[in-house]
Amino acid sequence: MGKPKFAFYWCASCGGCEEAVIDLNEKILDLTAAVDIVFWPVALDFKYADVRSMGKGEIDVSFINGAIRSSEQREMAELLSKKSKTVIAFGSCAHLGGIPGLANFWRRKDIFERVYESVPTVKNPEHILPKMESKVDGYKLNLPEFYDTVSALDQVIPVDYYLPGCPPAPELITDAIDAILKNKLPKKGSVLAPDKALCDTCPLADSKPDKLSIKEIKRPHEIKLDPEKCFLAQGVICLGPVTRSGCGECCINANMPCRGCMGPTKAAIDQGAKGISFIASILGVEDEENTSDEDVRDLIKQIVDPAGTFYRFSLPYSLLKRKR
Amino acid sequence: MQDFEPNVVVFCCRWCSYAAADLAGTSRMTANPQFVVIRTMCSGRIDPEFILDAFAKGADGVLVTGCHPGDCHYVNGNYKTRRRMLLLEEVLEQFGIDRKRLRCEWISASEGGKFVKTIDEFIGTIKKLGPIDGIK
Ligand code: SF4
Ligand code: SF4
Ligand code: SF4
Ligand code: FES
Repeated sequence: MGKPKFAFYWCASCGGCEEAVIDLNEKILDLTAAVDIVFWPVALDFKYADVRSMGKGEIDVSFINGAIRSSEQREMAELLSKKSKTVIAFGSCAHLGGIPGLANFWRRKDIFERVYESVPTVKNPEHILPKMESKVDGYKLNLPEFYDTVSALDQVIPVDYYLPGCPPAPELITDAIDAILKNKLPKKGSVLAPDKALCDTCPLADSKPDKLSIKEIKRPHEIKLDPEKCFLAQGVICLGPVTRSGCGECCINANMPCRGCMGPTKAAIDQGAKGISFIASILGVEDEENTSDEDVRDLIKQIVDPAGTFYRFSLPYSLLKRKR
Repeated sequence: MQDFEPNVVVFCCRWCSYAAADLAGTSRMTANPQFVVIRTMCSGRIDPEFILDAFAKGADGVLVTGCHPGDCHYVNGNYKTRRRMLLLEEVLEQFGIDRKRLRCEWISASEGGKFVKTIDEFIGTIKKLGPIDGIK
């Protein structure tokens, strides 16, 4: 058997996931020795036509990062799906919708209005907005459709495995590649990371009190963070209790709370809902029997942008998917 | 909105509000029937996921009921429920769902009348709000 054929592609992404592959450093040489990279527009010169001319299932594994926000991305995802035996959703954006998925709190028309008209540095007196078709000097020009709603990859094409993280940690990527090369991939549909909450592996776990009670909520820039103490114990929202481990605790080690990029463990359908449930359950309200809803609300109002906080990486994948 | 028949989901805790619903029934009280009841052991079992799932599946309103403060069979389940629902309200607004579509009410086992009144009021509110917008 020849070397397995890999493809890498990006959709609505920041480029960080591509960088994560490059960041394998010398290991990338092992990778290129072990596999044939048949498509990787960021790093190598391939055209869409090269993929179109491939046979069905000719690519062994496609790693697709980024969310789906345009018709071009959808077409490419569908094309790669046809040409690949295995598709891996690479990174939070492909897995859950990720940061680009936060656009689902707006509608396309609001985004266009903001970006092309009302941003203070933009002057657009003719109100020119992106159009799918325009005519210039008798030529017809086409642009992909900018969807109203951003989707995660498996909401558009079947996905075999998920490599979570924003971007996925190098160990997770190399473990996944090893598993592919040794034919040891787990059951289809698996998330290629441990099914444990981040709190279970967090170096600050010992400083997390058994009974948490937050009386005042702080944002990281509002206090001097103690690097030795669980963030929740300092009144800072950390999504470790509702987030999958496997990232290498990189934020915690950099003295920042977890924002949830690895997504939920198998125990949750909706990561945001679990975050809401957990954080609400540890809010410290004194003499609760005699406290009014308004008093409780005052504490809750200290959570700035709750929906954005709890759904930072998973809005398109949430039960509600987008704003009504 | 005259002909609008809303889908309303009512969560009841086994010990208080469900018993109240039972009492309302055996006492032959009448209420607007446009709702379904889901029974949980305690209002504290009502995960925000359940409520979001109800909305995602087409509920126009969700009513969460449980024991009065201090009366929860499991000591403090209903306090957590209240905090969860108040936080969830804020989140729902950000999703473009009117916070009035989620209501939380404490109803004891003897308050069949309050159960019926709460249901009628809530369904009235939802009728006024109209159907929830689906994903367009
Ligand atoms: S998962 Fe993170 S690093 Fe990867 S494309 Fe999305 S935003 Fe960028
Ligand atoms: S809440 Fe955050 S800081 Fe605390 S133990 Fe969990 S992951 Fe670590
Ligand atoms: S600590 Fe949380 S936000 Fe940071 S990389 Fe890990 S899972 Fe992602
Ligand atoms: S048992 Fe009724 S609210 Fe807890």
